[in-house]
Amino acid sequence: MIQPDAIGRTFKGAEVTISQNEIDAFCAVLGEKNTSIAPPTFSIRISLDQSQAVLTSPEVGVNWDRIVHGDQKFEIHQPLKAGDVVRCDSTLEGYKQMAGNEFVTARSDLYVGEKLAVTNWSTLVVRA
Amino acid sequence: MTFEVGTQLPEQVFYVDRALLKQYADASGDQNPIHQNEEFAKSVGLPNVIAHGMLTMGLVGQYAANWAGGSAQVKEYSARFTKPVIVPADEKVDLTVSATIGEVFEDGSVRLDLNATSAGVKVLGMARARVIKA
Repeated sequence: MIQPDAIGRTFKGAEVTISQNEIDAFCAVLGEKNTSIAPPTFSIRISLDQSQAVLTSPEVGVNWDRIVHGDQKFEIHQPLKAGDVVRCDSTLEGYKQMAGNEFVTARSDLYVGEKLAVTNWSTLVVRA
Repeated sequence: MTFEVGTQLPEQVFYVDRALLKQYADASGDQNPIHQNEEFAKSVGLPNVIAHGMLTMGLVGQYAANWAGGSAQVKEYSARFTKPVIVPADEKVDLTVSATIGEVFEDGSVRLDLNATSAGVKVLGMARARVIKA
């Protein structure tokens, strides 16, 4: 069970600097030749790490081995690019139980400086 | 440019094999063994190694970006992971993507309703991208 008082909380992430190598590797998988900006789904590389760290922390208490990715949404205000210093804040925005499984929606707000560049939402299913 | 709701866009086929899964694992940082180790995948009840849902979503997003004229044209993108792309050893499986224009907005952006199948099975649900065609 997810600790109930974790729902609604925001967990601030550490700053990470995006490298050109990371974008190149992501683009290579997808077949994208323009590596001057990150592909639309690139932010998952940062946000899922942050979600994992938050959800598996003792104060939330999720066993990551039980997690399945249910759905995913991105809103891209400004594409990420190499050299961006990004802070990813994770908010446990939604929670429900269905058929013994727990569904938690983690909203990740990725800031470059003070500007909100990308928001993404991951619904993660904790299997019973 | 004017767009009409209901217009169908050309199909594009991507191919997925074990090497691509390894490449995505390294690029994304998601080293879950269900995407690389057949014995492990089967031990947790999967039919075989499966592709990362986010790899599938990434490739379908690439389809949307290709149509719109680049990654920067994709403003919103969402999908449900309904069925996995199953990737047996030494095979290239298809990820076949097409789309219909679902809505045209006042700001000129359009919503693509994306259809993605592998081996004839629909793998994403409610896959939608809002893009501004360059």
